[in-house]
This record gives sequence, C-alpha cells and structure tokens, in this order.
Amino acid sequence: CQLFGYVGIEAVLDQMKIKTMKMGFEFNIMVVGQSGLGKSTMVNTLFKSKVSRKASQPGQEERIPKTVQLQSVTHVIEEKGVKMKLTVTDTPGFGDQINNNNCWDPIIKYINEQYERYLREEILITRKRKIPDTRVHGCVYFVPPTGHWLRPLDLEFMRRLSKIVNVVPVIAKADTLTLEERAEFKQRIQQDLKTHAISVYPQEDFDQDPDDRALNDRIR
Amino acid sequence: SPYQNEEKRNLSLGGHVGFDSLPDQLVSKSVTQGFSFNILCVGETGIGKSTLMNTLFNTTFETEEASHYESAVRLRPRTYDLQESNVHLKLTIVDAVGFGDQINKDERQVSPIVEYIDTQFENYLQEELKIRRSLFNYHDTRIHVCLYFITPTGHSLKSLDLVTMKKLDSKVNIIPIIAKADTISKSELHKFKIKIMSELVSNGVQIYQFPTDDEAVAEINSVMNAHLPFAVVGSTEEVKVGNKLVRARQYPWGVVQVENESHCDFVKLREMLIRVNMEDLREQTHTRHYELYRRCKLEEMGFKDTDPDSQPFSLQETYETKRKEFLGELQKKEEEMRQMFVNKVKETEAELKEKERELHEKFEHLKRIHQEEKRKVEEKRRELEEEMNAFNRRKVAVETLQSQSLQATSQQPLKKDKDKKNRSVITGNQSGVSLSSSKVMITKTTVEPLNCSSWWHAIQCCSCLVKNATWREGFL
Repeated sequence: CQLFGYVGIEAVLDQMKIKTMKMGFEFNIMVVGQSGLGKSTMVNTLFKSKVSRKASQPGQEERIPKTVQLQSVTHVIEEKGVKMKLTVTDTPGFGDQINNNNCWDPIIKYINEQYERYLREEILITRKRKIPDTRVHGCVYFVPPTGHWLRPLDLEFMRRLSKIVNVVPVIAKADTLTLEERAEFKQRIQQDLKTHAISVYPQEDFDQDPDDRALNDRIR
Repeated sequence: SPYQNEEKRNLSLGGHVGFDSLPDQLVSKSVTQGFSFNILCVGETGIGKSTLMNTLFNTTFETEEASHYESAVRLRPRTYDLQESNVHLKLTIVDAVGFGDQINKDERQVSPIVEYIDTQFENYLQEELKIRRSLFNYHDTRIHVCLYFITPTGHSLKSLDLVTMKKLDSKVNIIPIIAKADTISKSELHKFKIKIMSELVSNGVQIYQFPTDDEAVAEINSVMNAHLPFAVVGSTEEVKVGNKLVRARQYPWGVVQVENESHCDFVKLREMLIRVNMEDLREQTHTRHYELYRRCKLEEMGFKDTDPDSQPFSLQETYETKRKEFLGELQKKEEEMRQMFVNKVKETEAELKEKERELHEKFEHLKRIHQEEKRKVEEKRRELEEEMNAFNRRKVAVETLQSQSLQATSQQPLKKDKDKKNRSVITGNQSGVSLSSSKVMITKTTVEPLNCSSWWHAIQCCSCLVKNATWREGFL
C-alpha cells in the first residue's frame, strides 16, 4: 500500500530504542584458553576497566587447578545511558594438564546448565516479565601463537562448542608473530576450520540477507 | 551454583567501549525483520471505521462498503504491507462486520470477537510450545489494540457497548473513541466524555492507559489520558482551506478539518496510537494479555508449576519421574511378554508330551499285536510241524505197505500206479491237513496238482497256497 503522506510509523523505532535502554542489556561471555595467554588482560582491554582479576598478581598464591573450573564475575557498566550487565566467565585449568582429555566437559556442562535454567523459567505457567538471561552469548577461544596449525585440542574444543555456542577464535599475543606469519597463520586456521567443518561466529547459516552476508564475509 | 562468583558491582569505564550502540543494533535488527501491528475495529456498520483507518494511515485500504444485512458478526482481517523510510510494517486491520446490526443484540455479538482474539493467542502459544520453533519468523497476529467506536448520541454508552468492552478488557488493549464527532457540539461533547468515562469506571471496564512511567513520554501521555475518549473525525477528501489542501469534511455551513486540534481529537489519536505508544501497545499485549491467556490455558490443560508439596517443579525431577514411569512400563511389558512366552513353552511341551505318549501307546499296541501275530504264527508252525511229522510217519507206513503190496503183484503197471499213487499221495498228503490219511489220499486226488515238488516249498510258494483252499483257510 502506498502512503500518501507522512504517518509517523518510523517513530516506533525511537519507542523501541527507549524501551531497550530502559530495560538494560545482559551480556555473558566466556574466555577459554590455556593460562598465560592473556585472557584477563584482553577482557580488561576490551571493556577498558578492571573486569577480570589477573591470575598472576604478586602476593597471590594461585596454582593451576587440577580440573577445569569456571569462575564468573559480573559487573554493571554504563555508557551514554545504556546499562549493561556484563558477566565474564573464566576457565582456569583448561588445557593446562598433561592429560587434557575431556577438559571441555565442565564447560559444555556449564553452558547447557544456563540453557536449562532459561528454559525452566520460560516454561513456567506464571513466568517472570523479564527472564534473567545467563546464557553464554559468546565464547572467545584463545589460540596460542604457534604460527603453525591448530592443535588437536583447539580443533576438538571448537568443534564441540561451535555446535552449542558462538565461538570466536582469536590468536593470543599476536605481537609475537610478524605480519606475514600472522597472515599465514590466519589462513591456515581458516583452512583448518573449513576442513573440519567447524562453523565459528558469524555462522554462515544464520546470515539473514545479502547485506549481512557481505558484512560477515569480510569478518570471516 | 558452584560456578558463580557474583560480585555485581558498578564499574567505571576507562574510555569509550562502544556498547552504547546496542539499542541501535537491536532496532536495526527489528527493522530488517520487520514487525507487525494488528488493530481490531469494533463499532456499528457505517460509523466510519474504514474511513478512519484510511485517514490514520494516509492511504486507501481497498474495501467496499459493508452491508447492513449480515446474519451474524464475523471478523474480517486484512493485512497490508506499509513502508515508511526504512521501516516495514505489516499492518493487519480486523473488522467486526455486522456488529450492532442484529435485531437481537445478545451474546452472539461479542463471542465471535472474543473467539478471534483467543485464536490468535492460541496460535502464538502453539508456536511457542513447539519443539522446533521459529518465533522470530512468526507472523504475530495477536491483536495489539482494539478501537471501540462509540456512537455519538451525546447521552451515554449503550448497554451493548458496556457488555462488549467488559468482555474484551482483559484480553486486549481497548481505546474507546467517539466516532463522527462533528455531529456533536463542543459542550455536549464535554459532557458526553465525562459521562462515558464515569460509566466505564463504575462498570469496572479497564481501558488502556497510556504509560506514564517513562519520563520521556510521561507528560504527554498523562495529558492524553485526560482527553479520553478521543472524539475523531475521519476523511480522505481534501478541501482547500486558506491556501493549503487539507483533509476535511465540507458541509454547507463550514469545513471540519481533520488535523485541526480544535475541531477534533484526530491528531491526538494518531500521536498516541502510532507515534508514541505503538511499541508499548505491542509489549502490553505480549506481557500482560498474552501471558494471562497462556496461564489460563496451561492451567486448564492441567499443568502446574508446583507439585503437591508446593515445591517448584524441577525439570530434572519431572524428567526423572517420567523416565521412571516409562522404564516401569517397559519392565511390566517385558514381564508380560516373558510370562506369555513361558506359558507358550509350557503348552507346547505338554502337547509334545501328549503326542509322545500317544505314539508310545500306539507303539505298544502295535508291538502287542505283532507279538500276538508272532505267537499265532509260531503256533501254526508248530501245528504244521506236527502234521508234517504225522504225515511223514504215515508216508513211511504207506510206502512200506505199498512196497509190500507191489511185491505181491506185477511190478511195471504198479510202477505207473505207484507213480500215480506217489504223485497222488504226494499231492494228497501235501494238500491234506486232515487227520485221516486214507481219506485224505482219496479225496485229495481231485485237487489240482501243486507246482512245487516239496511241502516246504509249497508253503512258501504263494501260488500254491492260493490254489488250495484248505491250506489257505488253515493258514489264515
């Protein structure tokens, strides 16, 4: 139908914006990688604040835990009127043992637990107006800067987790690689992922239209 | 939870991070997805519903004039795709055709409307309850607002109005409007509005209140709330006023301008409905009316949130209980099948035993018969042997007698006779089982001669046996 004059439908966008700003946002990310790869530093840099406690602070007796443990820290941050409840889940102990079989199991369990918690709230008869969302929205996976290939541990982990959560692989401490090495490494990693059919974020099958795909292809 | 280490504290940012674009991200996502808005128009035929829709959205929704002779109230939804700048709106206008036209304005006026609203809720609920669902793709048909057109009598609400609105207020956001407001004078209108609002309050009808909790819109909304119900005029015709073309209605005595706030409340309605509160209407529908419907429906179906001990149902527990039930069922079935199998085996075993017994009996029976027969045969053999001995003795006796008699007479002719006699003796004796020898000799000469030379062969030779009746009888 053709509109003959201005109606004002687009005002609804502002209405929505106001509503979302009032509601606030919840964002939960998980950082996974061996100790010493700079996970906490990166998170702090990302959010320009002391979000995570660094593991290697003087005077702190922190030993590598025997099994993978998950620690969550929640902060409320605000920027230009937008409130965000940020939760960062750390996974000390991942990949640090001699035998790392199934070290991803506690992580998968945690992620599924959050999903179940949400589902339980959702299927209640009298449910809350706003269900608290603790589901992991993104998982940042730190790949050590070997410059060669993805290790079997990396592949296994990403393969399993990309099925249940958005995985964003990053090359940690990239300043230890020259630019050419870095480009090569990146390419090899992309190849590896494709060969093993691991779909990391942004996933191809979630592209909603050509614009999305163009944007995401560049990221990929 | 063992994992959480919640130190929820406010953090100050050292610089610009950039997540303030989150609302914009969300908004742009909605823009690409498009969204729907559904209006239900309830009012008598001819009261100006279609014209108002055309005026509101500044377009012409194709429609013919509705007839006054509908046999029942029916709802007619029509969906249109509207686009303004980059916003896609899927607008559905639902008309309650035939409302207020029937002679008998009873329950049947309202129930089709209620049914329609409930059906939309039901469809959404079904989609939400699906295991494989796609809610973000789902075309939301739930009614977001109901515009109730009040006839401009200038007096008060009709009873049909009250009944209808009372039935609908818990299911949908109701905005009452006074239609064809250009037929009421200013003072009448003022009194009319007050009367309507007080009647609504006294009857406990809950109409939609424009939200006043957000500072951005609180003021304008509360002002608008005081102007309810809006007195509107709709028109798609344009009239030249001054040097502008405006939408208006031209009467012989003057012009009623639609967008002139001193003439009618059209602008207010447009502001409230579209430009300020569209999103809130959608939200209220989802979080209040839909949730209520969902809760009632699920409770109706027998679901509960807490078990008999008032402990909240854990998904895990429900799963465990169901699993136990299922396993129990499985076990029971297994047992039954095993029992059946065992019974079957027993039956077959019994049958087989029976058959075995029967066979055994038969065998014994036959054995006995056989023994019996054997015994009989033995007996006969013995008899035969005795007779043979007797015969031999007689034979010897006769031969000695014959040789004695032959010596007395000539030898040659007697030889023949002897041969003859021998032969006949032989035959006679062979055939004769009878006791008296001479009688036997004489009588048996009439009998056919046997082919076999000796008696033992004769017994064994079936043809010989057949030829002699006496042997045969005796043997049998």
